[in-house]
Amino acid sequence: MQNRKKIRVLIAKPGLDSHDRGAKIIARALRDAGMEVIYTGLKQTPEQIVETALQEDVDVIGLSILSGAHKTLFPIIIDLLKQKGLTDVLVVAGGIIPEEDIPGMKKLGIKEIFGPGTRTDKIVQFVFENVPKRT
Amino acid sequence: MSDKEKINEIAKERERWEKTTLPKWIGQSPERKSEFRNHSDTLIKRVYTPEDVKDLDYMRDLGFPGEYPFTRGVHATMHRGRLWTMRQFSGYGNTEQTNQRFKYLLKEGETGLSIAFDYPSIRGYDSDHPFSKGEVGICGVAVSSLKDMEVLFNGIPLEKVTTSMTINGPAAMLLAMYIAVGEKQGVPRDKLGGTTQNDVLKEFFAQKLIIFPPKPSLKLVTDIIEYCTKHVPRWNPISISGYHIREAGGNAVQELAFTLYDGITYVESCLERGMKVDEFAPRLSFFFAAHNDLFEEIAKFRAARRIWAKTMKERFHAKNPRSMWMRMHVQTAGFTLTAQQPLNNITRVTIQALAAIVAGTQSLHTNSFDEALALPSEQAVRIALRTQQIIAHESGVANTIDPLAGSYYVENLTNEMEKRTMEYFQKLDDMGGAMTAIEKGFFQKEIADNAYKYQKEVDEKRRILVGVNYYTTEEKQPIKVLRVDPKVEEGQVARLQKLRRERDNRKVNEMLEKLHYAAEKDENLMPIIIDAVKAYATIGEMCDVLRKIYGEYKELIVI
Repeated sequence: MQNRKKIRVLIAKPGLDSHDRGAKIIARALRDAGMEVIYTGLKQTPEQIVETALQEDVDVIGLSILSGAHKTLFPIIIDLLKQKGLTDVLVVAGGIIPEEDIPGMKKLGIKEIFGPGTRTDKIVQFVFENVPKRT
Repeated sequence: MSDKEKINEIAKERERWEKTTLPKWIGQSPERKSEFRNHSDTLIKRVYTPEDVKDLDYMRDLGFPGEYPFTRGVHATMHRGRLWTMRQFSGYGNTEQTNQRFKYLLKEGETGLSIAFDYPSIRGYDSDHPFSKGEVGICGVAVSSLKDMEVLFNGIPLEKVTTSMTINGPAAMLLAMYIAVGEKQGVPRDKLGGTTQNDVLKEFFAQKLIIFPPKPSLKLVTDIIEYCTKHVPRWNPISISGYHIREAGGNAVQELAFTLYDGITYVESCLERGMKVDEFAPRLSFFFAAHNDLFEEIAKFRAARRIWAKTMKERFHAKNPRSMWMRMHVQTAGFTLTAQQPLNNITRVTIQALAAIVAGTQSLHTNSFDEALALPSEQAVRIALRTQQIIAHESGVANTIDPLAGSYYVENLTNEMEKRTMEYFQKLDDMGGAMTAIEKGFFQKEIADNAYKYQKEVDEKRRILVGVNYYTTEEKQPIKVLRVDPKVEEGQVARLQKLRRERDNRKVNEMLEKLHYAAEKDENLMPIIIDAVKAYATIGEMCDVLRKIYGEYKELIVI
């Protein structure tokens, strides 16, 4: 059985871009902070990401995208999460997301967007503070 | 006094200085840090003296420009003769928009073209493939068929420009399209000049835009080198790239060592194919990043030329001096651009460009200040180009060749770069070569470790980034960023589907079958790909044929 004390996080790279430096650093930082981290690797479809989230029973999904395809891909991912009943998962995102797009992304249900230059400890802290309480 | 005696004399004087003069100063104002290090973790001394270059032999280690070991430059006149090519990487939206951007840049004084393709094209998918959704024309220009390439170069005479294409997996298809456009313009292939990146090895551990597994990927690279050697003699069939190794998180030494070791692997692959080293080696070209640590970067470029020359001569017994030339393109480091206070990036780019120019690059791309936010606007890209022009015409740095040669510091750093690169070479040789290192995740781990270390330094403020972890400001700098119209995808898909209806599909199928057959027989695929491209077969269709035979690469995940 899983130890539910550990927060389970999925770091996912949707779309075709291959900039994984940030995603890997965040994965490591969250792991160093005591979380269980699953990293999907590159070129994941929304379906694959949601399937992995379901299989791995994660508390948090971190989406990393730098290609500019977030406006197309994030709504699909959020929709699929709803369809699968994963409504209590904390979803955050990072990468190159223009400021003017952020309100729309938050409206979708993405709790926070971390832009370039964000300190890793800020992200760790945000996850600790916002992860849904599980029993 | 002999040289040795002189050095001893200097050493004595240094010791005296350290005991008498220095303590007084340090007592009054201590140094800013307990130790100073550059990006590749070399401990930097307070001051360098002839002691630090005591083994330097001018003719053996430096020589004259245009002569072995080419430390000072590959040409005898360098930038006094011809300035470097100012080549701005660009591409977005549809081919009409990028064609306009190309013409704008040429009008503003750019001297070479460089195409950024969108992710679907790079990964071998057509614009109407499900994977392409939301990505068409966003990070580069969408090219699926020769039709697109014809529009891209409309009104741009290929005998007058050279074109660099950042393309790897489908490099053969894009080169074939360029050859076909040339033919339509009446420019024969032996008059075409330019570069295909075509460096798949670094894809597996740095850029990671991969289609096929390592072995067939290397086969395709070798096909292109072999074909160009015979038929497109002015083309650089490969640009062996360290840029992405650095961007993915490697330090300067790792960038240098891994790139040059990839180069060794390509040379070996061509030799195995039966080619002679002096036939193909003169056309091998390189691509590096330029970061902020000015002297470290200059040392890296100088060391790169020397190591490559020695490698070609000693390891591969090249006879033609051109086989020993390391010709390079440099791009300022995208990773160093900050989203915070973006105009500060103009200064960063200037320092980085200066490193590349002082160190004798053949070609340079300067990043635009807004690229941590979006694709560059026209204004931002013009400033980037102007930065090169100001350095070229106003700073005076291009008036003499390799001006930092003989600097105790720079020569010492250059030697250090070479020494640490050779240590990596040894390690990689012992491991069984680059392919094994990729399979073991060796490069991946080295790069990820260094990226994490760097981030920790920034997070803990041991490394200062102006505007990010120091000198921050709440003030927003509203800059207008370029957005690609989502209608581009619709238009591109419609154009592609029209093409599929109107072209001679019987002929396309015939070509795709021939491609399948040639791949099975392990023939050089360039000739058939050129025929297929001319029949308007798409990148996606050709890559699908090859995916069936070669399979697709499954990423080795190394965190």
